[in-house]
Amino acid sequence: MNASRPLLEVKGLQKWFPLSRGFLQSSRFVRAVNNVDLIMRKGETVGIVGESGCGKSTLGRCILRLIEPTDGEIWFNGTNVSSLSKQAMHKYRRNMQMIFQNPYDTLNPKHRIRKILSEPLIAHRVPKEEHETLMVNILERVGLRKEHLERFPHEFSGGQRQRICIARALILGPELVIADEAVSALDVSIQSQILNLLQDLQEQMGLTYLFISHDLSVVQHISDRVAVMYLGEIVEMGDKQSFFQKPLHPYSQALLSAVPKNDPDENRERIILQGDLPSPTNPPSGCKFHQRCHVAMEKCKTEAPLLKEVEGRQVACHLYA
Amino acid sequence: MKPLLEVDNLCISFGNQATMRHVVENVSFHVHAGESLGIVGESGCGKSITSLAIMRLLGGNSRVSGQIRLNNKELLSLSENQMRTIRGKDTAMIFQDPMTSLNPLLTIGKQIGEVMEQHDNLPRDEVKKCVLELLTRVGIPRADEIYHEYPHRLSGGMRQRVMIAMAIACQPLLLLADEPTTALDVTIQAQILDLLQKIRKENRMALIMITHDLGVVAEVCDRVMVMYAGQVMETADVRTLLRTPMHPYTKALMMSRPQSAKENRRLNTIPGSVPSPEHFPNGCRFAPRCDQVMPICYEKTPALAPAGEGSACRCWLYDENKESKEVLV
Repeated sequence: MNASRPLLEVKGLQKWFPLSRGFLQSSRFVRAVNNVDLIMRKGETVGIVGESGCGKSTLGRCILRLIEPTDGEIWFNGTNVSSLSKQAMHKYRRNMQMIFQNPYDTLNPKHRIRKILSEPLIAHRVPKEEHETLMVNILERVGLRKEHLERFPHEFSGGQRQRICIARALILGPELVIADEAVSALDVSIQSQILNLLQDLQEQMGLTYLFISHDLSVVQHISDRVAVMYLGEIVEMGDKQSFFQKPLHPYSQALLSAVPKNDPDENRERIILQGDLPSPTNPPSGCKFHQRCHVAMEKCKTEAPLLKEVEGRQVACHLYA
Repeated sequence: MKPLLEVDNLCISFGNQATMRHVVENVSFHVHAGESLGIVGESGCGKSITSLAIMRLLGGNSRVSGQIRLNNKELLSLSENQMRTIRGKDTAMIFQDPMTSLNPLLTIGKQIGEVMEQHDNLPRDEVKKCVLELLTRVGIPRADEIYHEYPHRLSGGMRQRVMIAMAIACQPLLLLADEPTTALDVTIQAQILDLLQKIRKENRMALIMITHDLGVVAEVCDRVMVMYAGQVMETADVRTLLRTPMHPYTKALMMSRPQSAKENRRLNTIPGSVPSPEHFPNGCRFAPRCDQVMPICYEKTPALAPAGEGSACRCWLYDENKESKEVLV
């Protein structure tokens, strides 16, 4: 592991989606991702959690530049990839790949697995004679067989399809893999198979994962570090162990307490959040969480807290000022 | 005391003579008034089909046999018109996806009011008053504004609240909730489960909670029924099931949750995947994936045998003489 230089460094990343604007009207934006800083070291797994609409998927896509960030820098292996041209970026995509949520929608139903797996190879000009070995190798790695190459996606179960998606993402030998809700659509018994597979592949191939999920128990299982997002901002980030033992930000506390208990008699204090996630077009002033926060103070309504180092973690909350 | 709902030997199959698929086989259970039963299983185990059969909502290509008695009325022998007086009034259902189960062309007030107009014959202003009361009861703020809104203006959690309001509009005796919180975030899920519990206590309503999430079961259910490949594998009191599961499938299901593997890094898995109805194996349907499989499992289907108070388990492991009679629990 290279401790000195992180594999990925995201600095002040922003993505604002413009809304339609009328004549003489000031332009309005959906602030999907707001000033996110993130550092990932080689071989680690960072989990990103948050409710739907908090910007976690947008963040993942911005890092790969599948959507162009509005502002901020993305450093990958010491190169600022956010300033690269499209052609130059193409080369870096080889090292950064994505696994999507729904294995039913992300495989072309008209293509055989052979074609699905060879597409990344063709796009990155891998010599044709290497294709066959690469494809067979990766299929075996993800627990499928050579004869599956000639089949169509509909011949596979959900878990097998997700294996194909993983094979497609890994066939070029990337360093960073962004898994966006990669196991959320799967049944529990299949989900555990895929989680084990992801961990085995990480060990064998030295992968670094950015694991985006709304499922806290999955994130707790797979991650080394966890970041909690709320309305486009990271509100808490830290080591998994200490985070799950004692979440510091009131939002993290509420999120953890909302996870269903394992036993009917388990006595756990539950913080039930009032209302829904506010609209990101018109976020509340001050701390964005103050309207739903159970320990909000006067200060929270006016002043936005910054990420600060608290107990070895980063927390954005006035409680710890 | 007689149970509110009794289901006996429910069998559901699809297709014609040549392509007949038995999707649900010999499912029997009961629910008392005020009780909540969880039906747990993976996709394709027949849990949703069972609930649709109770509501008589299955299409014409299905064949349903067995008995479904609600309050001593045999639902399967009712005509469609008679069934309409029961649906929404005595039983109601909440579906998984609140985004697609509301009519996008009707206002919230109109959709909820429709149920009451159909069943209670109330004057219009009375209906409106009731709808506003319901909306407040399910925790929707600014009820009088929301009354005139269309579904697309509401968030997922709010829509699910509207679905619940609609389902409890006529104070049903039995509420079937098919994965009511699967599409929602954990924080909203906690709100909705809380709400369902509150309504159940207030109305003394029976609840059938269909879910794949054992955590949800631990939150709201009194008893649990585990289904696999169209059969009931185990039923038990919720505490018994979660603490001392008997059937290898229930055990494996619990062990494969990420929560169960905090110390060691690897998760327990169930090899393979759920068979589809045309590939249901002979003998025990879980046998090919079971880690405690014995030769007999591939030959003979085990019966759902009683195992302690209110519990039953379909497994050869717990059958000493290997030929116990099927029981109804």
